[in-house]
Amino acid sequence: MAIVVERKSLSLLERTYLPQIASGLWITLKNFFKPKVTLQYPDQRPVLPDGYRGAPTLVKDSFGREKCVSCQLCEFVCPSKAIKVTPGEIDPSGEYAFIEKAPRDFEIDMLRCIYCGLCEDACPEKAIVLQKEFSINADSRAKFVRHKEELYALGGVLPDKIMKWKKVRDTAELEGGR
Amino acid sequence: MNIQNFPTFEAVFASAGVSACGVLLQILFALLAIILIMTFAGLSVVAERKVCAYMQGRYGPNRTAIPLVAAIPLVGNFLKKNGLMQLAADGLKFLFKEDPIPAHVRRLWYVAAPVMALAPVLVVAGLVPFGVWWGADGAAPVAACDIDLSLLAALAVSSLGVFASCMAGWSSNSKFPYLGAMRASAQVISFELCMGLSVLPVVLWISGSVQNPLSLFEIGMYQSGGWWFCLTQPVGAMIFLICLFAETNRLPFDMAESETDLVSGYHTEYGSFKFGLFFVGEYGHMAAGSALFVVLFLGGWNPLPGCEWPAAWGWVSSLLSVATFIVKIAAMLFFMIWVRWSLPRFRYDQVMRIGWKATLPLALANAVFYMCLASI
Repeated sequence: MAIVVERKSLSLLERTYLPQIASGLWITLKNFFKPKVTLQYPDQRPVLPDGYRGAPTLVKDSFGREKCVSCQLCEFVCPSKAIKVTPGEIDPSGEYAFIEKAPRDFEIDMLRCIYCGLCEDACPEKAIVLQKEFSINADSRAKFVRHKEELYALGGVLPDKIMKWKKVRDTAELEGGR
Repeated sequence: MNIQNFPTFEAVFASAGVSACGVLLQILFALLAIILIMTFAGLSVVAERKVCAYMQGRYGPNRTAIPLVAAIPLVGNFLKKNGLMQLAADGLKFLFKEDPIPAHVRRLWYVAAPVMALAPVLVVAGLVPFGVWWGADGAAPVAACDIDLSLLAALAVSSLGVFASCMAGWSSNSKFPYLGAMRASAQVISFELCMGLSVLPVVLWISGSVQNPLSLFEIGMYQSGGWWFCLTQPVGAMIFLICLFAETNRLPFDMAESETDLVSGYHTEYGSFKFGLFFVGEYGHMAAGSALFVVLFLGGWNPLPGCEWPAAWGWVSSLLSVATFIVKIAAMLFFMIWVRWSLPRFRYDQVMRIGWKATLPLALANAVFYMCLASI
């Protein structure tokens, strides 16, 4: 059913428009003295929420071992083809020899990265993690490509509760070597 | 050479038949008027940006820093935070930009228009008394040019500013400037009438008691120690204020520029320094118009209604009167900026309706009312 909205005709005072102007001026005056919402960016930094998807970095575990096993899943899943992993062997005489592989180089082109976080989701070892860094600057295209050392330096340590590699090693030791 | 025989400046001028003190004062007042209006024009550009920012929850320009000036301990930071160095940056930008003249314009009028925008403003600034000078022979206005018909002259000259928009709009040979100019001229003609009619009661009111009722200085002096005309003639003051907004093409009567529908109105085809002149002219017009309003209705250089700076204080009183006037103009400019950022703009037909069907009859009725009152 159609409802006819009754439109009240304006009173003389309302038709002068002056009270409306006064109330409008009052509103802007109140806003004039309110605290400002602008974040003065380089001086003040935004508080980033947990789970923020900034620059992807590589992390080490609490033993200082690099977690990446260069399975290249991140490279395959990356929609913008920003990641390039060069797999390499682990020193067979070292402590982590049974892990078999580690990246010889790990490149992320920050000009290609779209911060989607699919690499983090795809990683079976939780070795690549998106951090809160969002302001990425360089003065040449080459410097935007981050290599393994830089990625580890930025990533730091992410303590690993599961420690899959340790279980593998302990089982291997119980069974008397490989 | 005996130094006492060396003629003083006064003696030189006196021999030429001119009072040196008078001439020097005149030059000083003229400089003061130009400096005041241009400073106000410049500062109100910054104020415009700052005030609108504050009303919208922002800070406005607070980053621009001139290297050496910004290093001065307290002052530098104050200037930077309040965007005052932005003024220099904007001004320099206008100066150093390339100044192209489009091929399709009428060159002479195209170049003359920006000059025409600024010139009337400076003339009006010379006419307005910025304060009162207590000399040996009584009170004199702090004005570059004290003439008996200064009110008429100021009203006449200030509306010449519309020729700038007409010239710019026509010579630009392009649609939007043309439309802007048409609207601006129609608006100014409509509101010029109401402006004159709203001032008429003031002149009538004092015509019985002063010698030159059309002199701005006499109108100001009449309000010294008495009621201001905004209190005794509130309707006239309101109409004058509305017309002032329309005359200076300020929002909500933004017909000349009409940024929302005419790109930039009459100065669409202008750039760099010529645009800068239009810009300064517009803000100068605001300052000069505010000065007129202050003299006519806001008690001129008097601090409060029923209160004046005593003549016995001499030059201190003069300085105070100029300072009072400056504060009042600043308050008026703030008000104009405040209104601009509070109200939406009127449509063109609404402007015409306000001008002809609301303001004009009201101004006429107001004038007739005070005529009757004055004749009783």
